[in-house]
Amino acid sequence: MNRYRDKRSDDAIVPREVSGGAVLRRLGWGNRVDGWLDSHRNNGRDSLARLWAEPVQSMTTILVIAIAIALPAALWVAVSNLQQLSGSWQNSARVSVFIDKDIAPKLTQQLIDKVRLMPQIETVDYISPEAALNEFQQASGFGEVLALLDVNPLPGVLVLSPTPELVSDIAGMTVLLDELGTLVGVADAQLDMQWLQRLQQILEMGRRMAVLLGFTLALGVLLVIGNTIRLAIESRRDEILVVKLVGGTNGFVRRPFLYTGLWYGLFGGMIAWVGVVLGGIWIDHKVVSLAVLYQSSFSLIGIGGEGLLVLAILGAALGLLGATLAVGRHIARIEP
Amino acid sequence: MIRFDGVGKRYEEGFEALSGIDLAMAAGEMAFLTGHSGAGKSTLLKLIMLMERPSRGQLLINGKNLNRLHRSQIPYYRRRIGVVFQHHQLLFDRTVFDNVALALQVSGHQPQEIGRRVRASLDKVGLLDKEKLNPLQLSGGEQQRVGIARAVVHKPKILLADEPTGNLDPDLSSAIMQLFRDFSDVGVTVLIATHDIDLVERMNERVLHLKNGRLSADEA
Repeated sequence: MNRYRDKRSDDAIVPREVSGGAVLRRLGWGNRVDGWLDSHRNNGRDSLARLWAEPVQSMTTILVIAIAIALPAALWVAVSNLQQLSGSWQNSARVSVFIDKDIAPKLTQQLIDKVRLMPQIETVDYISPEAALNEFQQASGFGEVLALLDVNPLPGVLVLSPTPELVSDIAGMTVLLDELGTLVGVADAQLDMQWLQRLQQILEMGRRMAVLLGFTLALGVLLVIGNTIRLAIESRRDEILVVKLVGGTNGFVRRPFLYTGLWYGLFGGMIAWVGVVLGGIWIDHKVVSLAVLYQSSFSLIGIGGEGLLVLAILGAALGLLGATLAVGRHIARIEP
Repeated sequence: MIRFDGVGKRYEEGFEALSGIDLAMAAGEMAFLTGHSGAGKSTLLKLIMLMERPSRGQLLINGKNLNRLHRSQIPYYRRRIGVVFQHHQLLFDRTVFDNVALALQVSGHQPQEIGRRVRASLDKVGLLDKEKLNPLQLSGGEQQRVGIARAVVHKPKILLADEPTGNLDPDLSSAIMQLFRDFSDVGVTVLIATHDIDLVERMNERVLHLKNGRLSADEA
């Protein structure tokens, strides 16, 4: 009773405008910010509790989102691994220059010197016809047959390793091959790894497909979250009406639903990460044993810790966006 | 505090709910709004709550013309009004305390402040010991009192009630009316729509009688 009487004397000067101004003045900014933060904390906690309250339904939505995020993420990781693998092969890309068999040894030396001076070339190894024959005899098992030949049929070979920048530059490589072909004493110049460049192109295409798939599925995530939020809004219609009647702003009404969307997206992103990690571990087992067969120490690069951060942020952003789109459409329609 | 100048309300379907309403209520005044169902009682309250906009005339609350109030200002305006519904509009997914606290949470009060004021309000309606219960566990009269606690917890200037005693027995109705009178005594303008004529006569307050959307009697 007294409380109300006090109130009346406070308000002897009745605020003329019936607006937010009066409310602001009464509460003070510090309190207002505290109240606002508190409202966010409550909403965040409350919407989380609501997800727990209906675990099956929430989990279904979260899993759909997780799958939609995991697919492009896994494709991206796969392409990155192949790219990395092809990159390590690329370092071993070599150009073989076959030397005309009929030129004098002196010219051969001049050719070696000339090639060594070319800026695109890092190292030059000369394999003489004799050395080539030796190697071939030992490696092929045709030693005795080869011994029957009067003349060594193998040409001398220059094995060049181009600079790393050049390897991925197809046009530059073609120019180099043409240039080498015109040199005196060169019979033929061949790049061993043209298929690798084609692989590079295919992988680049794969990367773009991952991005495209990502966009398409992101759209799907937006729709799934939008629809889930729409249903949540419908089921809390009474509450929205009451909140609007006691003076809740649209922002206040919207907030719990935005948090719901945020949680869906965040958990979806995190579970997607777990899925990609588990899939990676499962495949890595096979990859390692395969790599051992190829005497390679290659092993998969996983999605990593940053991957978790990226997928979680991505998921949360999608969730928030989907929820924003949904509440914008549906909450304005619910008026007391 | 409340002033209607030639206010009329015609719904889109063409139904004339209110016409030519002129009326004024001073701060701290208490009045009953009577009339048959369909006479326009609810519409008149809805106009004050800005749940509906008048089709004609002007409605001034505390000197402010509601016709000039922008949509985005409505929530802030409603925070200065308390409203009690016939179907108390309580939320059954939360406690009595949280139902009442909602009216303060919307304007961003601090938790300690909310706790203090909610308990003061529940104390006022005699339900302090029920704050942790779900409204479903309360009787009809108690639920109605929770609705009143929610309507007054933010210390509104104006208190509106639409059939607040609709389904209560006479003793409970009198107790609730006494509550409204207490608020009026401390300066709250109270307007109660009801068709409980006996109760109105016993209270001996101003009576506004609506008939077919027109104010047919205004007796002090």
